[in-house]
Amino acid sequence: MDLAEYRRAARAWLQENTPTGEPPEGDGITRAKEFMAKLYDAGYSGIIWPKQWGGQGLTLAEERAFAAAARDFALPTYVFSIGLGMTGPTLVDRGTDAQRERFLRPLLRGEEIWCQLFSEPGAGSDVASLQTRAVHDGGQWVVNGQKVWTSVAHHADWGLLLARTDVDVPKHQGLTMFVVDMHHPGVTVRPLKDMSGRANFNEIFFDNVTIPDEHRVGEVNDGWSVAVTTLLHERLSISAGVGMGGQKDHPASLEALRQTVDTSDPLVRDQLVELHIRSRALALFNQRLAQETEAGIFPGARGSAAKLLLAELTLFQADLATQLVGPESVLADHPLAQAISLAPGMALGGGTNEIMRNIVGDRVLGLPPEPRVDKTVPFKDLKVGTQA
Amino acid sequence: MKLTLSQEQQQLRESVRSFLHAASPLPKVRQGYDPQVYARLNGELGLSGLIVPEEYGGAGAGLADLAVALEETGAALLPGPFLATTFAAIALTQMPDKEGRAGSGSGSLRNQDGAEGSATVYTELLTGIAEGRIAATLSGDEIGYDGASVRGTLAQVLSGMEADVLVAPARTADGVMMVSVELTAPGVTRTALETLDLTRGQAKVVLDGAPCRVLGPQPESGIGDRLCVALAAEQLGVMRAALDAIVAYAKIRVAFGRYIGSYQGVKHKLADMHGKLEQAESIVRYAAWAADESPAELPGAAALAQAYVGRACFEVARDHLLLHGGIGFTWEHDAHLFYKRAKADEVLIGPPRIHRARLADLLEL
Repeated sequence: MDLAEYRRAARAWLQENTPTGEPPEGDGITRAKEFMAKLYDAGYSGIIWPKQWGGQGLTLAEERAFAAAARDFALPTYVFSIGLGMTGPTLVDRGTDAQRERFLRPLLRGEEIWCQLFSEPGAGSDVASLQTRAVHDGGQWVVNGQKVWTSVAHHADWGLLLARTDVDVPKHQGLTMFVVDMHHPGVTVRPLKDMSGRANFNEIFFDNVTIPDEHRVGEVNDGWSVAVTTLLHERLSISAGVGMGGQKDHPASLEALRQTVDTSDPLVRDQLVELHIRSRALALFNQRLAQETEAGIFPGARGSAAKLLLAELTLFQADLATQLVGPESVLADHPLAQAISLAPGMALGGGTNEIMRNIVGDRVLGLPPEPRVDKTVPFKDLKVGTQA
Repeated sequence: MKLTLSQEQQQLRESVRSFLHAASPLPKVRQGYDPQVYARLNGELGLSGLIVPEEYGGAGAGLADLAVALEETGAALLPGPFLATTFAAIALTQMPDKEGRAGSGSGSLRNQDGAEGSATVYTELLTGIAEGRIAATLSGDEIGYDGASVRGTLAQVLSGMEADVLVAPARTADGVMMVSVELTAPGVTRTALETLDLTRGQAKVVLDGAPCRVLGPQPESGIGDRLCVALAAEQLGVMRAALDAIVAYAKIRVAFGRYIGSYQGVKHKLADMHGKLEQAESIVRYAAWAADESPAELPGAAALAQAYVGRACFEVARDHLLLHGGIGFTWEHDAHLFYKRAKADEVLIGPPRIHRARLADLLEL
């Protein structure tokens, strides 16, 4: 089947099978799981993942073709976005065969939901300074500590957990990655309201949570290199909109705004033109990255530039839309009040704009790194978190 | 849509880049136009014939290939009439043939006017450009035509002193026709203008009964959009070279005991400049592809190219100059050459607002 045909078939399938309208109260997860199961049966789940682990074994070309078709639909797959975009690809890259066998197929079939447990109250941009401890104790690990900003954790069955396993070495060298059972009695998930008022993420407490050693991902104390793999997938999936469905109904889009604002005003027209220019510039950049990837040129850290530009566009767009719409946009039930409240999230989640600029500067432009005081000091002697 | 370069385009880029690196480095650029370099550019690389149809001795390439070449001539700040000649070649290849089709398809064309036949003039011009014998330039402003000669004052003609031939729209009794004027003919007075951009000149051209030859009716559309795309490709090269220069400097310049590129105040600005470059390249590839493959998308893509790339190029050139510090403000440093070219390019086709206004119209706002 050629690509155009593949895309047409995907589109037709999505047209037929994507649920429309809001789900009944409390029924969103059931609907998402049913949809993922259908997606799997139709062969559109894990398009580029290896066949032996439940994927389709196809190429990025097919995945991009499906994503292009999916842009016009609001897929109910949000709760799976962490698993599909970040933790799943990490296991594909770095997991053991037993882990892949156990975890990947249920993820692709929508049977199990995943979250990612990296950030802590004292370790955000500088995630390698995290303090959650995992101590080896007779064939298993015992975890104590706290994580934060964890999307979909309140629905999650499994989490990809980065924890400290050695405090006597410099901070990057004492971390290990694990798969943790989110249903373990020592795991407490507390919803955390974001500034929009919705509990879109959580804080997680680990109290003597045990993890079998076979759920360790990568070598002991080599967790940082596994985390880098996850973060790379994270930025790419954010900028490519993996599992996010379309943007077409966004209340701050040009299409939405032209319906509501006075476009005979030349100042308004010019501001909408600016929105169009920035949106097209980024959309074309993402498409070019996708075409390069298909041609075998891996975008790597350039994905961080795309993520940075998306964060800036998101802020600009919501800001502009509220200015154009005026007083009614700040009433709580106006969609733009939500949009302006959610906009900072893109510039903070998945790495702040400042971290993205560091990554582009260091890895794309090859600029000299900043002098560091934290790379050679044993973790136990290092200042971390917030200190008065 | 094709946003990446083919193998052949990568080879083209490499050969133009290495040629200009050797033949026209920045110290030489400061000395201005060198006809010998220009002749070699057209002889060895055949650049001015790149988009000329094969039947007139050119390579018959599209704007996607031309954009690759212009990006390199832009990065090198190549002096002389290459862009002007390219503009004229774009106009000529967009002239309708006798069946009324736009573009460069059939060779049997244009015989409705004049004893010598407009086809002859057309062939002469295009083969001359393809062979590098003729440097040309294009006027956006109309001139007057009295049936035999032309009159008018063109205030700013790109590379007007270096060009041999002017292609211009002329008002006639039958509507607006494209005509060609030999710039060395009697009735033509050229005055060199001192321009901000030291690397590329303009001239005031006064036509007072200058002989001309009629090429055919002015196409209704297609030329202006392609000029926008071609210019954006040059601007992409200018901004890439400017960013490369300041990134290289940030890796060797030390202040307060550290390379300046290690400071976030510098690094973050450079990262933002990189984002602009990535988006500009994506837009240029898209607009060039639209010109070649998807004419319906071209007007929007061309206006987008000028609206985004023109501004981004100047901003990057400006910040690259500023980040150099005081040395960037000196005459002997090259930073101002990029800054001035970027500004000259930003307003070359008109004030930037015209592209934004065009986008507003195309979006039906």
